Amino acid sequence: MKILVPVKRVVDYNVKVRVKADNTGVDIANVKMSMNPFCEIAVEEAVRLREKSVATEVIAVSAGVVQCQETLRNAMAIGADRGILIETDVELQPLAVAKLLKAIVDKEQPGLVILGKQAIDDDANQTGQMLAALLGWGQATFASKVEVAGDVATVTREIDGGAETVAIKLPAIITTDLRLNEPRYATLPNIMKAKKKQLDIFKPADLGVDVTPRLTTLRVDEPPKRQGGVKVADVAALIDKLKNEAKVI
Amino acid sequence: MANLVIAEHDHGSLKAATLNVISAASAIGGDVHVLVAGHNASAAAAAAAQVAGVSKVLLADSAAHANLLPESAAAQVVAVAAAYSHILAPATAYGKGVAPRVAALLDKAQISDIIKVVDADTFVRPIYAGNAYATVKSSDSVKVVTVRGTAFAAAATSGGSGTVENVMAVADSGLSTFVSAEITKSERPELTAAKIIVSGGRGLGSGEKYREVLTPLADKLNAAMGASRAAVDAGFVPNDYQVGQTGKIVAPDLYIAVGISGAIQHLAGMKDSKVIVAINKDPDAPIFGVADYGLVGDLFEAVPQLVAAL
Ligand SMILES: Cc1cc2nc3c(=O)[nH]c(=O)nc-3n(C[C@H](O)[C@H](O)[C@H](O)COP(=O)(O)OP(=O)(O)OC[C@H]3O[C@@H](n4cnc5c(N)ncnc54)[C@H](O)[C@@H]3O)c2cc1C
Ligand SMILES: Cc1cc2nc3c(=O)[nH]c(=O)nc-3n(C[C@H](O)[C@H](O)[C@H](O)COP(=O)(O)OP(=O)(O)OC[C@H]3O[C@@H](n4cnc5c(N)ncnc54)[C@H](O)[C@@H]3O)c2cc1C
Repeated sequence: MKILVPVKRVVDYNVKVRVKADNTGVDIANVKMSMNPFCEIAVEEAVRLREKSVATEVIAVSAGVVQCQETLRNAMAIGADRGILIETDVELQPLAVAKLLKAIVDKEQPGLVILGKQAIDDDANQTGQMLAALLGWGQATFASKVEVAGDVATVTREIDGGAETVAIKLPAIITTDLRLNEPRYATLPNIMKAKKKQLDIFKPADLGVDVTPRLTTLRVDEPPKRQGGVKVADVAALIDKLKNEAKVI
Repeated sequence: MANLVIAEHDHGSLKAATLNVISAASAIGGDVHVLVAGHNASAAAAAAAQVAGVSKVLLADSAAHANLLPESAAAQVVAVAAAYSHILAPATAYGKGVAPRVAALLDKAQISDIIKVVDADTFVRPIYAGNAYATVKSSDSVKVVTVRGTAFAAAATSGGSGTVENVMAVADSGLSTFVSAEITKSERPELTAAKIIVSGGRGLGSGEKYREVLTPLADKLNAAMGASRAAVDAGFVPNDYQVGQTGKIVAPDLYIAVGISGAIQHLAGMKDSKVIVAINKDPDAPIFGVADYGLVGDLFEAVPQLVAAL
């Protein structure tokens, strides 16, 4: 069984982005870019399934600008066997990404696609579920544990009140939550090896997918600032403030 | 123009988040209908019909919906979707599972986690862990939207006079089956609905200390309990305690952060709280930057003092 892992290049989680002065977006020129942390967890999980001989091959795929090749190399350094870049400068929205991924699924016929539950830039939390719908497959989102036996994956999911376990028929979609695993660090030899792994490049047109955005961002604003920073001397002062000033207790 | 709200419920009653979504639907304008896809769920449907602003409830009652699995739920929404200009769901684990499937099946974009309705096509949503608010306009004929509960007041649970209409349920998708659930049992208010939250971080040191120090405070204040990711990762508390960008988004009247440094991912989940209190021994911890009242000190001394004085 092949496993397909879509990986997204995003602004590193340590960067605090700034809204551009003209309110057209956020300023991401010259900021550090990394693989979306949830995608790293997805790559790690797929590689572990291959190491357990559940999977035979792990294919990383990314859609976006030419620099996404770096993200794919990272995925291959963690252990993905090869990479596919769908190269475009167009602003990709989740529905378009899901359609591109469906085209790759149609070509590669994986038994499982493992995605991040959300990308930490747009926080959309859509792509995996959309891909599942387009393929007519089952989905297990927010996974904290995955077991594959035969053609069924048993997945424990993080839900609002606790955890839920579902069984999904393969082929299927899984999206990762934070505590599914801890991704390994890529070692230098593996980073070197990754440079030689196969990386194929397609354009959306090669896949017959229309990626025209459906949503237009009219403007981007700073959120309202909180007036923090007041310190109180001791517990008595704190209680006084909460009772008499804020009136919340 | 009519709006369809996908209800989150437990068959017998509506989940609180559904009420916030109904408010968002009312803000768009036009009729508000609610879809209850469940099993033996007439009580939830009746409750939905009472909610202020709801004119019709569609009840799809079937064993296919017994476990609220997203594959069947999405198919059910699509089966009734033709009459609607807007389809709305809560941005909860349930809503996030269903809505993107609906959007893809209808070939429409989804607008996630809206915090404001500007007009029928235009919405505001946070991006980059809430460090920016994007105003987004959709060119699709049908808008599929998920709603951030903390941004819309809950609709009143009475005053409505909606009718309940039974609709034909879809067949079970057969794609997934429910195995089991482990729901955290608690007498406390639900995190996302609580008026007061006591939240603990890595500074607590262990699960034992977390419970020993924070439980008495939460008891005194009748508060829900939350945590930072570091506290959850270290196993102090279950996963569903996590507040933040990738956990729960909360906005209580009072949020007390104890031994939490205030990483942007944590702030993303709580900075819309009305009043924030931080207790931390590091005077430079970023949490103080958003706290209305900061207390610099050792939490193991300060919190018991606070409990004693309340
Ligand atoms: C050059 C360029 C500029 C852009 N500019 C903007 C902008 O200014 N504003 C804006 O809102 N959006 C912009 N986008 C789009 C944005 O980056 C996302 O690709 C898109 O909105 C998907 O949303 P999400 O990542 O939050 O989806 P989610 O559904 O949260 O992502 C979940 C998972 O889906 C997979 N996935 C998502 N995207 C990709 C991908 N591209 N390749 C492979 N796997 C993926 C990953 O596994 C990820 O963990 C731009 C994209 C490009 C290429
Ligand atoms: C993809 C991604 C998603 C994430 N999502 C989330 C999320 O949703 N929610 C979240 O919370 N985090 C999230 N994080 C993690 C986040 O970046 C921080 O690592 C985390 O919030 C830190 O938790 P903390 O404040 O408890 O720990 P620390 O940063 O270690 O802070 C502990 C604090 O306790 C104080 N302290 C220690 N001892 C005492 C004492 N005796 N008395 C008083 N104070 C004391 C210290 O001064 C320190 O400020 C995410 C990270 C990533 C990469």
